[in-house]
Amino acid sequence: MVPQKFEYAAPDSLKSVLQLLDAGAKPLAGGMSLIPMMKLRLAAPEQLVDLQKVKELSYIRESGNAIHIGAMTTHYEVETFPVLLRKCPLLAETAAEIGDLQVRNRGTIGGSVAHADPSADYPAALQALEAKLVLIGAQKERTVSAAEFFVDAFTTVLEPGEIVREVIVPAEELGTGTRYEKVVQPASGFAIVGVAVRVRRSAGKISFVRVGITGLSNHSYRATSAEATLAGTTGAAADVQNAAALVAEGIDANSDLHASANYRKHLASVHAARAITTAISRAS
Amino acid sequence: MKITCTINGKTYSNDVETRLLLIHYLREVAQLTGSHVGCETSLCGACTVEVNGKAVKSCTMFAVQADGAKITTIEGLASNGTLHPLQEAFWNEHGLQCGFCTPGMIMASKQILERYPNPTEDEIRHGLAGNVCRCTGYQHIVNALKAAAAGARK
Ligand SMILES: Cc1cc2nc3c(=O)[nH]c(=O)nc-3n(C[C@H](O)[C@H](O)[C@H](O)COP(=O)(O)OP(=O)(O)OC[C@H]3O[C@@H](n4cnc5c(N)ncnc54)[C@H](O)[C@@H]3O)c2cc1C
Ligand code: FES
Ligand code: FES
Repeated sequence: MVPQKFEYAAPDSLKSVLQLLDAGAKPLAGGMSLIPMMKLRLAAPEQLVDLQKVKELSYIRESGNAIHIGAMTTHYEVETFPVLLRKCPLLAETAAEIGDLQVRNRGTIGGSVAHADPSADYPAALQALEAKLVLIGAQKERTVSAAEFFVDAFTTVLEPGEIVREVIVPAEELGTGTRYEKVVQPASGFAIVGVAVRVRRSAGKISFVRVGITGLSNHSYRATSAEATLAGTTGAAADVQNAAALVAEGIDANSDLHASANYRKHLASVHAARAITTAISRAS
Repeated sequence: MKITCTINGKTYSNDVETRLLLIHYLREVAQLTGSHVGCETSLCGACTVEVNGKAVKSCTMFAVQADGAKITTIEGLASNGTLHPLQEAFWNEHGLQCGFCTPGMIMASKQILERYPNPTEDEIRHGLAGNVCRCTGYQHIVNALKAAAAGARK
């Protein structure tokens, strides 16, 4: 369990970080994914740039109807930050389900999305929230949607030398009901399947619905046919079942020793129904 | 690379390889062998220590990341021969059998009680999810946290 040798720097400004990245260094955030990979020598970066001292990457700020979360914000901070608990409870609820206490103390939202584990929890919520990610490199800064960002297993649109600077989520409108439901793989804590739901009602009908899925296939996605099926209904039990049955439609589900593809799809539907039901009960 | 940190109130300054894990720094360089290595793969929690007030798995952190940090290990809890209330509670409630997981269990428990001074059983179990015990079946560990919390309220 001894990683390969590497050089290490921990600058305190974003500018110095970007210069080191430009010169080929790999970012180190909470280390909760990178260090295990380095110990197994699945990763062997020659140069690490630790982001932990960069204050410009660690914040949660509300601005208008959006909440900006710096990449170095830890899972624990997301889980407990009052503005998020009040105005984006879906993200806080999701963070509370990640790994364990020690992992949430160090792991960061930027590291989690950049790592893009197909079983990670945040991606389901970020899809349902239609979150935006601000990416920055030495030359340019750009903003992409969560739907564009996650490309494949462990693959995102990040280019060499580029990092996630912040994640932007909406401050929920009053009356939005949300829920994250997860089937835990008990040994690792990761999601075999995770379903994130947001709903709003108006005049007795479902007027808005977003469903984000993680763990089922190589990358997270929005289950748009399920959303379309639920929208406009009264959200009765049968409507929920009809919508939930569609969350895995057209998806090439993964199969591994924890769950076969068919079982994963089954779990996704069952837990989508539960998540939608709870979200509706929380909507007012 | 030269690092300086405070462990249990004492300053340590050492030249270390960047790839040295914090747990090995604590055990082999600082000679504090109370924190254990159970799995070395981030899963068992036996290596849990406190870094700048946060419980972390020291097998999943490089010593260089702790440069400048304030660290507390299990050795830092008792003062002048008086056990920490959690140590006392683990003892009274039989929260251990072989004791291998105990240093990590107590360091994680300390964080749980800081965040939830009056924890529910769910909060205790959720908080201990990153710590594995092969002996006790957990019930006595949960009881120990409850007892420590009740003691602190008295
Ligand atoms: C025991 C255990 C259980 C876990 N359980 C879960 C779980 O249930 N659900 C879950 O979702 N996750 C889980 N994780 C993973 C955890 O959430 C990690 O924190 C997360 O995947 C990576 O975040 P990090 O800050 O630790 O990043 P690091 O490990 O430091 O980095 C991960 C990768 O992202 C890159 N990187 C880091 N920051 C940035 C950035 N800002 N921009 C661009 N690239 C960056 C790094 O170069 C590296 O390639 C678990 C981890 C452990 C050890
Ligand atoms: S030795 Fe660190 S978690 Fe097991
Ligand atoms: S007391 Fe033996 S492992 Fe916990």
